[in-house]
Amino acid sequence: MDRLPRWADITLVPLVSLLFAAAISALVLLVIGQSPVEAFKVMVDGALGSPYGWGYTLYYATSFIFTGLAVTVAFHAGLFNIGGEGQAQLGGLGVALVCLSLPWPHWTVALIAATMGAALFGAAWAAIPAYLQAKRGSHIVITTIMFNYIAAALLVYVLVDVLRPTGQMDPASARFPAGAQLPALNDIPGFNLIFQRPVPANVTLLIALAMAVVVWALLWRTRLGYQIRAFGKSEAAAKYAGINPVRITIIAMLISGGLAGMMSINNVMGEAERLLQNSSEGAGFIGIAVALMGRNHPFGVVLAALLFGFLYQGGAELGLWTNIPIEMRIVVQGLVILFTGALDMMVRMMLERVFRLFRTTKALRAA
Amino acid sequence: MDYATLLQVLDTTLRLATPLLLACLAGLYSERAGIFDIGLEGKMLAAAMSAGAVAALTGSAWAGLLAGIGASMLFALLHGIAAITFRGNQLISGVALNFLASGLTVLIAQALFQQGGRTPPLSGPARFNAITLPGAEALRDVPVVGPLYYEVISGHSILVYMAFLIVPLTWWILFRTRFGLRLRAVGENPAAVDTAGISVVGLRFAAVGITGILCGIAGAYMATALQAGFGREMTAGRGYIALAALIFAKWRPVAAMWACLLFGFFQALALRPDVVQAVVQVRVPVPLLDALPYMLTVLVLAGFVGKAIPPRAGGQPYVKER
Amino acid sequence: MVAPADIMGRQETAAPFAIELKGISKAFGPVQANKDINISVPKGTIHGIIGENGAGKSTLMSILYGFYKADSGQILVGGTLTPIPDSQSAIRAGIGMVFQHFKLVQNFTVLENIVLGAEDGALLNTSLGKARRILRELAQEYGLDVDPDALIEDLSVGHQQRVEILKALYRQADILILDEPTGVLTPDEADHLFRILRGLKDQGKTIILITHKLREIMEATDNVSVMRRGTMVATVKTRETSPEQLAELMVGRKVLLEVEKAPAVPGEVVLSVENLRVRDEHGVDRLKGISLDIRAGEILGIAGVAGNGQSDLLAALGGMIKATGRITLNGVDLPLSGAGADGQSRREAGIAHVPEDRHHHGLILDFTAWENVAFGYHNDPKYQKSALFMDNDALRADTEKKMATYDVRPPIATLAAKNFSGGNQQKIVVAREVEQNPDLLLIGQPTRGVDIGAIEFIHKQIVALRDAGKAILLVSVELDEIMSLSDRIAVMFDGQIMGLRDPATTDERELGMLMAGMDGKTAGEAA
Repeated sequence: MDRLPRWADITLVPLVSLLFAAAISALVLLVIGQSPVEAFKVMVDGALGSPYGWGYTLYYATSFIFTGLAVTVAFHAGLFNIGGEGQAQLGGLGVALVCLSLPWPHWTVALIAATMGAALFGAAWAAIPAYLQAKRGSHIVITTIMFNYIAAALLVYVLVDVLRPTGQMDPASARFPAGAQLPALNDIPGFNLIFQRPVPANVTLLIALAMAVVVWALLWRTRLGYQIRAFGKSEAAAKYAGINPVRITIIAMLISGGLAGMMSINNVMGEAERLLQNSSEGAGFIGIAVALMGRNHPFGVVLAALLFGFLYQGGAELGLWTNIPIEMRIVVQGLVILFTGALDMMVRMMLERVFRLFRTTKALRAA
Repeated sequence: MDYATLLQVLDTTLRLATPLLLACLAGLYSERAGIFDIGLEGKMLAAAMSAGAVAALTGSAWAGLLAGIGASMLFALLHGIAAITFRGNQLISGVALNFLASGLTVLIAQALFQQGGRTPPLSGPARFNAITLPGAEALRDVPVVGPLYYEVISGHSILVYMAFLIVPLTWWILFRTRFGLRLRAVGENPAAVDTAGISVVGLRFAAVGITGILCGIAGAYMATALQAGFGREMTAGRGYIALAALIFAKWRPVAAMWACLLFGFFQALALRPDVVQAVVQVRVPVPLLDALPYMLTVLVLAGFVGKAIPPRAGGQPYVKER
Repeated sequence: MVAPADIMGRQETAAPFAIELKGISKAFGPVQANKDINISVPKGTIHGIIGENGAGKSTLMSILYGFYKADSGQILVGGTLTPIPDSQSAIRAGIGMVFQHFKLVQNFTVLENIVLGAEDGALLNTSLGKARRILRELAQEYGLDVDPDALIEDLSVGHQQRVEILKALYRQADILILDEPTGVLTPDEADHLFRILRGLKDQGKTIILITHKLREIMEATDNVSVMRRGTMVATVKTRETSPEQLAELMVGRKVLLEVEKAPAVPGEVVLSVENLRVRDEHGVDRLKGISLDIRAGEILGIAGVAGNGQSDLLAALGGMIKATGRITLNGVDLPLSGAGADGQSRREAGIAHVPEDRHHHGLILDFTAWENVAFGYHNDPKYQKSALFMDNDALRADTEKKMATYDVRPPIATLAAKNFSGGNQQKIVVAREVEQNPDLLLIGQPTRGVDIGAIEFIHKQIVALRDAGKAILLVSVELDEIMSLSDRIAVMFDGQIMGLRDPATTDERELGMLMAGMDGKTAGEAA
């Protein structure tokens, strides 16, 4: 069988997958009697047409970078962490507990503490499935799904019965103190030249980008990353090399859960400024699409996160300005996961056929 | 808790266990054949929307049921193409199809009815209504057994009885028929099936197809029997609870029924926190009851309540070895 | 059991050949596995097909069984052109196959496995009843006794193989293909198998025996076809050929199985093993008290039929599995379980390990060559840039050096391991382990699936390491390799060492007896 050249595998496969997803989305819009061209215009306009739109796109992208990186790290260890959603929600709880615990003097101090709280809670929520996978062979996909639901139930309980201030009706925590409020991009000198109106994108974006670099270095430059990747490729071989499977499974999942938890400094601390029910709004799941689309590389994850940020902001605009329900973005998300994660072989086979055609015509012309 | 309340809770249990049971048996066929399916949720949702929509448009619950099965089969087929034909990652395919169903159902329902992604309320023949079993009225006054028969056993829609009849049927198919033998074999060692001259792909598609049918019935039951119409995300994680029940039951049909009844019982209790409080004398938070099925499943997965060994070839696409 | 009409039909054609293959070709991507193969198998004979690993024997037979589709060529069964697009057609044509790796459902009973795919009707009960009856007949007819209600996972390998043969006979196979059937059997079990095969032949069945073992060919077959690199080199009558001639045909030139080496100069004891025991996760004892010493400057060869504990011995010494007992390296105790009982600690102690299975253990196939050179030695200080980061540049340079020394082709450090040939992959593993200059080298199946040129090279490296005063534990199922490399031979059977022998004074027959678990005359220590 003719193999695809490496560059094609890295760039063309995700792009063609994306095209498929876009084409079918367009078809769906046509079927429900909407114009795909109009819809795309609204999305581009709303998400990328103004600094204000970008402020939202980047805000979503920030969350998706974290959850995409979370899925990526686990993937490299051969683990499918589908529990990013629950880990993110627990991360939110960590952020809330930290922010509400002290009258923070300055946001920088609060940010460091809250980041640690978020990562710690997210990691803790990943630790149990990780331990069960490593020690007792419980399938991590199923346990992390179960933990998503347990997390949701736990948060309902905490918000209704524990953190809800007396007299307040809706299940949410109290508002965070002023010292724990993060500067949005429009508050940061330099950025405020572009973002003149208040936007939700905040300083967390810079942390997300830094984490992408950290994850890259971790995976491809450190011994731990080497061991994670080796273990992910072959558990039997890892054992031969003396790589401890229990240790690597747990460490990789702690990092993964920590990253998922860290997304909550973006939405809980940076935007809502209090803990709400279902604060992560599915970003944990979008991490799966982002990681697949980004080919499990931090650089790819950042690009894919931007794409999904656009999709989410654009989708919201659709809900505002057109008759297309906001759920359209879930459809696109599902299609992207389907094509990049499950039908990747189909895409690859089609591309291989095209390449073979090219080669034979080239050979014929040469002959 | 008095007897009347107990009967009420049990009655609710039966109604809530039915969609779990149908989806659980659906998953059983697929997973026994070696195809993991975490897309039960999506298939149920798609079926619920289709059933709700078609029942509303035609006024016939049966037409709704057929539409539900059709929609669910379509998703099953997609899963089959990804997982069997193109040997893709079965878990990711399931996740993708769940999202697709979640979004598409709202989009289509909104386009059809403009009611915020819901289908119009159903009534009369557009719903599967309760049927009274023979002798229920007559036996009603017999102490203990009479009310049990009248209140709990009788008075459900035909789909409930169907679901419970599918349990022995599934057992019989699995362990007493040629198809069952082959289905179990393909989930354990597809190479054995292949070298015996049977099509692995054919068998697995058949299994995935049955999964589609059963999830279709489950979804249709949600929209046309349990509730009167489709609402967004109405399956509310039932597909995952069914998956949990399947693991809890260690992929066995009769055990699956008991697992679904247990999880249905938890759901019924979650609707009656007052009853729970009366019995255990402590206020039990509702979220704890909601989370119980998931927590139990984790315990099973961890091997603390017996060991759950999935079909050996589960989750792996079949490639002839070189 | 064969339907009368069937027999009539086949008698009418009355061709002298059970199987004729004409011009069969098959490629997997760029690899031409079969090139224009022609072969004719006379009815009622045992026909051997011999060739090295990767010569294309299994591919050819898989085509005959409809498991793969040939790119071109024709198949004639009993003189009639018979297309075999799938296994179902092969079964219908009366062809049965016993694969090297059994195709049985582990948690099914023998009976269920036998009827699978050959049921009579949609309900199971009738099928199972009939199968039970026929099984009894077959058992009497051919001496193929198996408990029909036993679960496959509870059966020994030899019995599982019988189930495979019974499966084929139950499907009324007239032509039985066996792919490397003795690889997992003791010599005794193998003899029993050959008796069964001769019985089948006497009943008029045709048998095709695929093997790479010359002895089996000479012992059991009527005719033999030799394959080399995807082509059919020759077909000869077995009694008119010799093992030497067959060996030459197999490899295309005279084989030098003798390895040039000076007599060993054993020094101090490097590795001492006392009462080593391993119990696997099913509670089966894999090693039942192994004791042995290896001295500096000697090669201890472990002979034995695959699956008699050799792998467990390597795995336990290499730190891959837990064990009990005592091992000391240069007089220092090494832990056998808990902390310090892993591959890392063993490497640090000075034990290098070329594992038996390079694809599953020795290499990460998706990793590049240089990443694989660090595999197991990723904590080695010479590959670190700082406390946190690895020195990938140094690693690449080191890899290029090793590739040059070991003549790995192509010498590209950034190429993924999966893109190298078997021989070159093995060279990468051997280079990595030997160049660590270990006190003790564990080396399992060093030349499995490796071409002749690389075999000689690897053998020389092993001997050179010995001559440098290192201790070597060699495990191989190839008796020739053990005989020619070892300074002492230990034979393993059923998790125990049956005896130690000096290669100069022992022969294959004596070792074969020990491999079958028979004590021989003297099981005394030779060292």
